[in-house]
Amino acid sequence: MAMTEAPGGIGCIGCVTAPAAQGKGAAAAENEIVLAVPGADCAACIPQLEEGLTPLPGIREARVNLSLRRLRVRHDGSLTPEDLIPEVARLGYEALPLDLVALSGTENDRIGRDLVMRLGVAFFAMMNVMLLSVAVWSGAGDATRDIFHLISGAIAIPTVLFSGQPFFRSAWAGVKRGRLGMDFPISLALVLATSISIFESFNGGHHAYFDAAVMLTFFLLGGRYLDHRTRAAARSAAQELAALEVPRAIRLTDEGQETVNVSDLAVGDLISVRPGARVPADGEVVEGESEIDRSLLTGESLPARAARGCVVSAGEVNLTGPLTVRVTAAGKDSSLARMAALVAVAEEARSRYTSLADRAARAYSPLVHTLSFSAFAYWMWQTSGDVRFAINISAATLIITCPCALGLAVPAVVTAASGKLFKKGLLIKSGTALERLAQVDTVVFDKTGTLTLGAPEPLDLGAHDAESLSVAMALAQGSSHPLALALAKGAAERGLRPAPVSEVREVPGHGIEGVWQDQRVRLGRADWVGAEVGEVTATTLRIGAREPVTFAFADALRPGAEGLVTALAKQGLELHLVSGDVAPAVEELAGRLGIPAWTAGAKPEEKAAYVKALAARGRKVLMVGDGLNDTAALAEALVSISPASALDAARAASDIVALGRDISPVEDALRIARQAVRRMRENFALSAAYNVVSVPVALIGLATPLLAALAMSVSSVTVTLNALRLK
Amino acid sequence: MLIYLVPVSLGLGLLGLGAFVWTLRHRQYEDPKGDAARILSDRWDDRPAPADERPARARSDHAGPTPGDRG
Repeated sequence: MAMTEAPGGIGCIGCVTAPAAQGKGAAAAENEIVLAVPGADCAACIPQLEEGLTPLPGIREARVNLSLRRLRVRHDGSLTPEDLIPEVARLGYEALPLDLVALSGTENDRIGRDLVMRLGVAFFAMMNVMLLSVAVWSGAGDATRDIFHLISGAIAIPTVLFSGQPFFRSAWAGVKRGRLGMDFPISLALVLATSISIFESFNGGHHAYFDAAVMLTFFLLGGRYLDHRTRAAARSAAQELAALEVPRAIRLTDEGQETVNVSDLAVGDLISVRPGARVPADGEVVEGESEIDRSLLTGESLPARAARGCVVSAGEVNLTGPLTVRVTAAGKDSSLARMAALVAVAEEARSRYTSLADRAARAYSPLVHTLSFSAFAYWMWQTSGDVRFAINISAATLIITCPCALGLAVPAVVTAASGKLFKKGLLIKSGTALERLAQVDTVVFDKTGTLTLGAPEPLDLGAHDAESLSVAMALAQGSSHPLALALAKGAAERGLRPAPVSEVREVPGHGIEGVWQDQRVRLGRADWVGAEVGEVTATTLRIGAREPVTFAFADALRPGAEGLVTALAKQGLELHLVSGDVAPAVEELAGRLGIPAWTAGAKPEEKAAYVKALAARGRKVLMVGDGLNDTAALAEALVSISPASALDAARAASDIVALGRDISPVEDALRIARQAVRRMRENFALSAAYNVVSVPVALIGLATPLLAALAMSVSSVTVTLNALRLK
Repeated sequence: MLIYLVPVSLGLGLLGLGAFVWTLRHRQYEDPKGDAARILSDRWDDRPAPADERPARARSDHAGPTPGDRG
C-alpha cells in the first residue's frame, strides 16, 4: 500500500544516521515522561496541569499538548510514570503512561515538516511569479516581458527543483519498477514546462509557463500533504493505542522479583501473574489457583479454571488469585506471534486492492502521453517541421491536462471524511479504507467484546430476596472477579447495603467465603458451594445449610449494538454472527438482535475461513471484531473495524478503530464512506470535464499561460469545495 | 521604477518565506490548539517568564534535527 512508499525517499536520510541518533534519543528521553491525558480538552486544563505539577519535587517542566492531549514531563531522573499518575489524578485528570519508544515515530513528523517546507516555498514562488505574469498577461511587451519572464524563471527553476522533488523521486522509482504512476506525467509536465519556458524567455517568446509549473507544484504538493497528514494522524493515534500497553512481565529470580520487558523473557523463566493482569507469555501454571478470562483469545465468555499444571496462553487475563507460570514459549514461538503471522499473510492479500486514484492514474497517464505526442506529431507535419511550435503545443497540452484536480480529488475527500469520522470517534488507519467500506454488502460480527462489552450483567436481581442479595453483595465486594464485580454493582444499583459479613476471604479459583450471623456463607462456583452445575453463566450463594441461590448473568450488550444491527438490516446488508463462544450464548444474542446467520464455537482459522467463503461467493465483507481470535478474519475481510478495547493485534489488523464504548458510529462510517466515494467520483468527473473543454483548445494551439492558470486553479478549487460538501 | 519595485516585492515575499521557515523550524505548528489557548492565559502578562520556566523546545531546537527523529 501507499504507506510503504513514504519512507523510501525522504526517510532514507534518517535511516543512515539512525543508530547514532537512536542512542542519543534514548539518553535525552530518559528523564522525560509522556502521559496520555484524554480529558485535557479545554484551555483551563493547561494552567491547571502545568502549574499543579511544576512545584512538585523532581519536576523540571510540565507541558501540555492540547492537540495531542498529551502531557510531557521533564524531571531529574527520580520519577516514574507510576508516581505521576496519582498526582495527575489529584488534579482531576485520568492519565495513562505512553511508551516513548512506540511513540518516537510520531513525535517528530519529519516527512510532514519536509512537505510543509516545500509547500511554503512553492507558495512563495507561485505568488511572486503570478505577480509578474499578471503584468505580462495585461500586455507588457518586448523588453519588459522578456525581463519579467527571466525573473520568473529565476524564481521558478529553483522552486521546481526543490519543491518538485517528491514527484521526481516517486516518478523515478516508478520508472525503475517499470510502472508509470500519476507522478510520471506530473514530472514530465513540470520538466517540459520549465525547459520550454527557459528557451522561450531567452528567445523573446510570447508565452512562458513558469507560473503554470510553480502553480502545479503548489497544488499537487497540497494534495500530497493532505494525504500524508490523514495517514500520519491515524498512525499517531494508532501508535498511541499501542503505546498504552507497555509490555512488561514480573520475572521471579533467586534474588526476588524483577520487572522486565516481555521481549526479554526466555523459555523456562518463572513469571508471576497478578490478579487482573494479562498473561505475558505462553506457559504452564506451577503454583497458585485462579480463574482466567480467555474471551479475547477464544471468545468464550465464561472464565476458565486455572490450577497447577494448566496451560495458559499469552493474552489471557488472570482474574482471582496470583499465579506463577513457567514460560514454555516466548517471542516468536508464542501463540500471539503465530497469530500475527497469520494476519501478515492475509494483509498481504488485501494490499493488492487497487484504489480509485490508482485506477484513474492508470487510465490517465497513457491517454495524456498519447494526446501530447500526437499533437506534437500533427503540428510537425502541419507546419512542415517547426519544432519550436510543435513542442510548445505538446507542452501546453501536458500542462493543461496535468492532474491538479486529479491529485486533489481523493486526498481532499479523504481528509474531510476522516475529520468527520474522527469527531464521531472513528479512526481511519488506511487511506483506501473508505473506498473499500463503501462497497460493503455483508457484515460479520464477533460476539464477545464486540456486540457485547465482554462484561457480565446480572439477570433478574429483583427475583431474589433482599437478604440473600445483601449477603451476596458483601461477599462479592471482596473480590475482583468480573461476576463478583457485576453482582456488587447490580446490588448497589438496587439501593441495597452489604450485610455485616465477617472473615471474608477469597479462595482463588473457587469463590469467596465469610461468616454471617454465625453461619458460614459462600459465593462462587456451584460445585464448590455444593449446588448443581447449571448451563448458564452463574454464581451461587449458599447461606449455612439453606438452599443455594443462583445468580445468572448475561453478557452486557455494547451500547448502540441493537440500533446498529437494526439499521444495517434495514439497509439490506447481510448480517452474520461468528463467535468462539458456546452455542446457547450465541443463539440467545443472535435471537435478541435479530441476526439470522450465526455460528458458535468457531476457532480463529474457522472465522477466517468463514469470511473467505463469503468473499468467494462474491460478497464484500466488513468484519467487526476485537479478539485475538478475530485477527485473522479481520485481516481476511475486505475491510475491518475493531473497538478500542480490542487487543493490540486486532487493532493492528483492522482498518478502522472505534474509540468509544458505543458501537453505533459504525453505521456513520458506512454512510460517510459511501458519500465520500460519491464525492471522489464527482471530483474525477469534474476534472475530466475541465479537460474536455481545455484540451481541444490546447491541441489547436490556442492555449495561453493565462488559460492554463485559470483552468488549473478553478478546477482545484472546485474539487476541494466539492470535498467539503461532505456531511 | 521597475528596477526598484520588482526587488522590493521579491524582498517582501522572501521575508514572508523566511518567517514561515523560522516558525516551522521552531515547531510552532505542533500544538495549534494549545497555543490558541495559551495566548489567552494571563499568567505572564506582567513580566516575561524566567528563563528556566520557558519551554525547553524553544531553546534546544536551533541545532536542526532533534535526536530521535525517525527516518
